[in-house]
Amino acid sequence: MKPALFEYVAPRSVEEALDALAGDEMARPLAGGQSLIPTMNFRIAAPSTLVDLRRIGALEARAVEGDVIRVGAMTRQRDLERDEAVRRANPLIAEVLGNVAHIVIRNRGTVGGSIAHADAAAELPCMLVATGGSVVARSTGGERTIAAEELFLFHMTTALEPGELLTEVRIPALPPRTGYAFQEVARRHGDYALAGVCALVTLRDGVCSAVRLAACGIASKPTRLAAAETALLGAPPEGEALADAAEAARECVTAGDDRQAGLDYRSDLVAALVRRTVAKAAGRVEGRA
Amino acid sequence: MSTRRFGERIERNADAALLRGEGSFIDDIDLPGALHAAFARSTVARAKLRSVDVSAAEALDGVVRVYTCENIGALDAPLPLLIPAPDLTHPKTQRPLARDDVFYVGQCIAMVVAVDRYVAEDAVRLIEIDYDPLPVEMDLDKAVMDDAPRVHPDVPNNVAGRFCVETGDTDAAFAEAEHVTRIRVRLERSTAAPLECRAIAARWEAVTGELTVWDSTQSTLSVRGGLASLFRIDEDKVRVIAPNVGGGFGQKIMMFHPDEMLVPLAAMELGRPVKYIEDRVENFIGASQERAQIHTLEIAAMKDGRVIGLRDDFLHDTGAFIPYGVAVALVSATSIAGPYRIPNFRVTFRPVYLPAVQVTPYRGCGRPHACYAIERAMDQLAGELGLDRFEVRRRNFIGKDEFPYLREGLIFADGLHVSHDSGAYEEALETLCRTIDVDGFRAAQAAAREEGRYLGLGLGFYVEGTGLGPYEGGHVKIHPITGKVYVNTGLTDQGQGHETVFAQIAAEQTGARVDDVIVVEGDTGAFEWGVATFASRAAVCSGNAIHMAAVKARAQIVEAAANMMECSQEDIELRDGAAWVKGTDRSATLAEIATATNPLRYAFNKPSASATQFAPASRHDGPQLAEGRTPGIEATDYYSPPHATWAFGAHAAVIEVDPELCTIEVRRYVCIHDCGRMINPTIVEGQVMGGIAQGVGGAFYERCEFDEDGTPLNANFMDFLMPYATEVPDVEILHSETPTPLNPLGVKGVGEAGTIPVAQVYASAVEDALRPFGIAPIREAPLTPDAIHRMLRQARKS
Amino acid sequence: MAGRIGQGTPPRPSPDPRVAVSMTVNGERIEREVSPRMLLSDFIRHELRLTGTHVGCEHGVCGCCTVIIDGHAGRSCLAFAVQADGAEIRTIESVAGPDGSLHPVQRAFRECHGLQCGYCTPGFVMAIVDYLEGNEDPDLSDDAIRAVLSGNLCRCTGYKNIVAAFRRSAALMRGAG
Repeated sequence: MKPALFEYVAPRSVEEALDALAGDEMARPLAGGQSLIPTMNFRIAAPSTLVDLRRIGALEARAVEGDVIRVGAMTRQRDLERDEAVRRANPLIAEVLGNVAHIVIRNRGTVGGSIAHADAAAELPCMLVATGGSVVARSTGGERTIAAEELFLFHMTTALEPGELLTEVRIPALPPRTGYAFQEVARRHGDYALAGVCALVTLRDGVCSAVRLAACGIASKPTRLAAAETALLGAPPEGEALADAAEAARECVTAGDDRQAGLDYRSDLVAALVRRTVAKAAGRVEGRA
Repeated sequence: MSTRRFGERIERNADAALLRGEGSFIDDIDLPGALHAAFARSTVARAKLRSVDVSAAEALDGVVRVYTCENIGALDAPLPLLIPAPDLTHPKTQRPLARDDVFYVGQCIAMVVAVDRYVAEDAVRLIEIDYDPLPVEMDLDKAVMDDAPRVHPDVPNNVAGRFCVETGDTDAAFAEAEHVTRIRVRLERSTAAPLECRAIAARWEAVTGELTVWDSTQSTLSVRGGLASLFRIDEDKVRVIAPNVGGGFGQKIMMFHPDEMLVPLAAMELGRPVKYIEDRVENFIGASQERAQIHTLEIAAMKDGRVIGLRDDFLHDTGAFIPYGVAVALVSATSIAGPYRIPNFRVTFRPVYLPAVQVTPYRGCGRPHACYAIERAMDQLAGELGLDRFEVRRRNFIGKDEFPYLREGLIFADGLHVSHDSGAYEEALETLCRTIDVDGFRAAQAAAREEGRYLGLGLGFYVEGTGLGPYEGGHVKIHPITGKVYVNTGLTDQGQGHETVFAQIAAEQTGARVDDVIVVEGDTGAFEWGVATFASRAAVCSGNAIHMAAVKARAQIVEAAANMMECSQEDIELRDGAAWVKGTDRSATLAEIATATNPLRYAFNKPSASATQFAPASRHDGPQLAEGRTPGIEATDYYSPPHATWAFGAHAAVIEVDPELCTIEVRRYVCIHDCGRMINPTIVEGQVMGGIAQGVGGAFYERCEFDEDGTPLNANFMDFLMPYATEVPDVEILHSETPTPLNPLGVKGVGEAGTIPVAQVYASAVEDALRPFGIAPIREAPLTPDAIHRMLRQARKS
Repeated sequence: MAGRIGQGTPPRPSPDPRVAVSMTVNGERIEREVSPRMLLSDFIRHELRLTGTHVGCEHGVCGCCTVIIDGHAGRSCLAFAVQADGAEIRTIESVAGPDGSLHPVQRAFRECHGLQCGYCTPGFVMAIVDYLEGNEDPDLSDDAIRAVLSGNLCRCTGYKNIVAAFRRSAALMRGAG
């Protein structure tokens, strides 16, 4: 299990990295390597050139600016998880990260790497969709911002163009009067989710004034549970509305039967997880008894 | 202070080096100039080989040699059938490198030898193999049908042989029965997955004609015998060493995996050391697996729950070949009655060829299968008769006063009879029930149901025939200079702690400190009689042999010490590395005694001066080594068991099932285990706990999956779900100690025990938890969340 | 510690261009030329002859190859040696004292029978050393310990005694016991 030959460059600036990527469609950026290197060791992936981003200090910057958390793509997942300012701004992030693989993997795995990898069962892309975050992509032609729901196209496929580099992840801070929760079911601790649901519930006078729900593991990409959100809007996060939301979430399940879970099972999982995460999120709304 | 060493919780001798990273596993051995091997393996389950073109691989820079069946000379022949049996009518073994046909995905077709493993893997990908695929049937049930595609054209129904074992009069028992319970259970294929994959290195010394092979094997002596035979080299010129081995669990008892012959061949032909370090994917597709069986079991009972007869017919997946004979299936068949009297039973079975890597023993070796079948049936019987699950078992246990309990007519995997030598089965169950508090649990279960939570109590009882022959030896010697005790046996260690428990046995007799006992095994150069590490036999076979040798050494020490200190032998006591005259401060160290008993010409140190020819203490009138005496303190002995000794135990667990998520949480897990007298309880507990963890894998996580074309689907650690610390419960381990009368130490084996009943424990607990939903009984292992979901859904529908 | 790092095998002929790397391994400055594709695990084991770091799966699941890279435990099979250019690496060989005296985590493993075959052990020790050095007041509940230990596979012990060793390590590192 040794990787095939490749060329290696470790540029010191984003511009140099973009130049290296621009000339070669088979070149790949190397971030933390926790997803890419296994596929190379299996020789499933055999990039011509690895453009190692580790020397580009600008990609490690992170800051809470008003209601946006800006996370440099090369930020290690474990660093984000333990960042107190980020935790204060949006505690959902740490809760989600606690489910991403294992500490030793998060020590090296990067936030940008996981999002660009875009595994349909991965937690971080699901969180980004749920929070309505976005990414900044740069190429030699310029820079653009891509909203999370436009970024993820298919399992391990994003809207990033060849030669485009994900440089920053932008995660909204937790809005006022909003509770959060993430829960997943995985075969083993740290495994990719059979199904996972991320919930953000904003309450006004005991009813849901805003709801954002997204799921991983249930379709070919992280998925907004729009119908479930609609079922809760204007209603208290419990009882019939919650039951309706759970039922509505089922229609988003499209992942076919695989070796770990059938469609029926995933459908039941997403319904149960919607009930549980919404209830938990609602219970966490500040000031709510 | 106690001078006892046997039975104490002593820290392991081997640990410090392993903890510092100073272990010496095969790939840690630095062989300057070594070449590295990689294999081209079949990507098709069953095919005719149209062509194998290695020219591009041979041309790659850094490649030294590419081997196919065309250039391995006499090795191009089917591998040996290790354990022949009369009823094994259609035995098939594989060739080291495929010729004309491939029989499973992963089968070796060519071996590349190159300057390093990176280049060797590059070259493997340049080998062009043209296949003509043939139809396959991967389902064990369907593979025996008349119209199923055959793995081997000359083996009808893919059946390697038809076997029948019987004790008592089964048909009469069924005629007499008041109630018959029928079940069908299925266990899936799995694998041992030791964390060190298989590995081998070989060096040929052309000048001396000596072949040295480092092999992560459980059986250095057998590998040496095999290599001497294959290469026609005298045994004394072949040395096989198993240094530190990173787990074996049976997978490394199988020989020969093709590399074990081809790497030595390459080393001899190329004149350079050659290493093959199997990678994880290769371990999943090329190394032995185990576990798949389908049992159709009937038990004949009386209304009071007494089981008077049993019939079992099972299919055993043996993979594409059957090099290890029917050992696994035979253990299943002869263990089927578990701890119960069941005086009449008949087991018929068929090993079935499937186009997958061969099946050879994996920790448990047929016992988990038998346990699952009989214990599932006992649970069902209890349900059908309206009896408590514990009570049904109580009514059938072999009683404490019924030992030895001979199962007349049965022949175990060692070729000897099945006789449960000692036990206290009912007592063990009582202790287990008391500890887990069955009544308290029932109350908790009822209360939890009120809250919409579902708790279940699972139970599994098992027996294990351990310590199989034919024999092992022990050699004990005291080094005259250092006074350390040097112990050898023919086994190998894969982490079981032999170096500590054998040291305890030797220390108990010689009075040495345990950390002054040097145990050297796994090296044919150190001791050359014996068999191997398998079948929970090390403590029984080698342990007793070492004990018997140490008893002899003790007699020598006591005699010599009495002479040296001019007292009677009765006044000598051995402790703290010395012989003491009881009640005095007079002593002679083991070094002094070993020196004094070895007449010397040269003085190396102060004690040795006293053994030289002009020293007063060694003045003799006759020969300095008296007639009939051997120099120093040294003894060898051998132990050959009359038959297997039967260990036993019982597990119980409280498992909570979340019926929405179909996930489980083990709330409590209790195990009581009896392996006779314990040499080191800490090590016993470690063995039991490790076995349970592997059982947990088999109960809820691990299986080797194939698609219908025979392609492995989860040949990696991401998809083969070996449990982490988060999936294995904490286990309360209780001991019962019923010595066996069969051997001087009174010990039974413990290596495999923990694994055996776990799948049953999980199944029965989940079944108990979900009883309010009316689910169908659980009949398949491993259980999965998806399977729980299907059962609940089915129950809701009906 | 000096002198414990071997010289490695001589470079082989190859079309594979070498990249110069320098790093600090167990306090010792290392300079080598390596193929870009050489995994850090192979570099440590075969170039530096520090064979205490083991390789169990080469896809980042088992944790046998865990080392400490720039102050954080990481899989050496999921890094290329070139990525460690300029890095500070600690391997299992650096954990015990120069005289071989065991580190508290190593002592705890021995006391608690936390290892059997010893193959996974260096990976566990490195992960635990890193975790406990970075957490002065670790949560010592069973669940919390098991969550930290998840990410390292052990096939021998069933983890019970590794959990105990973790707890014991924490006590020993605080100077108790």
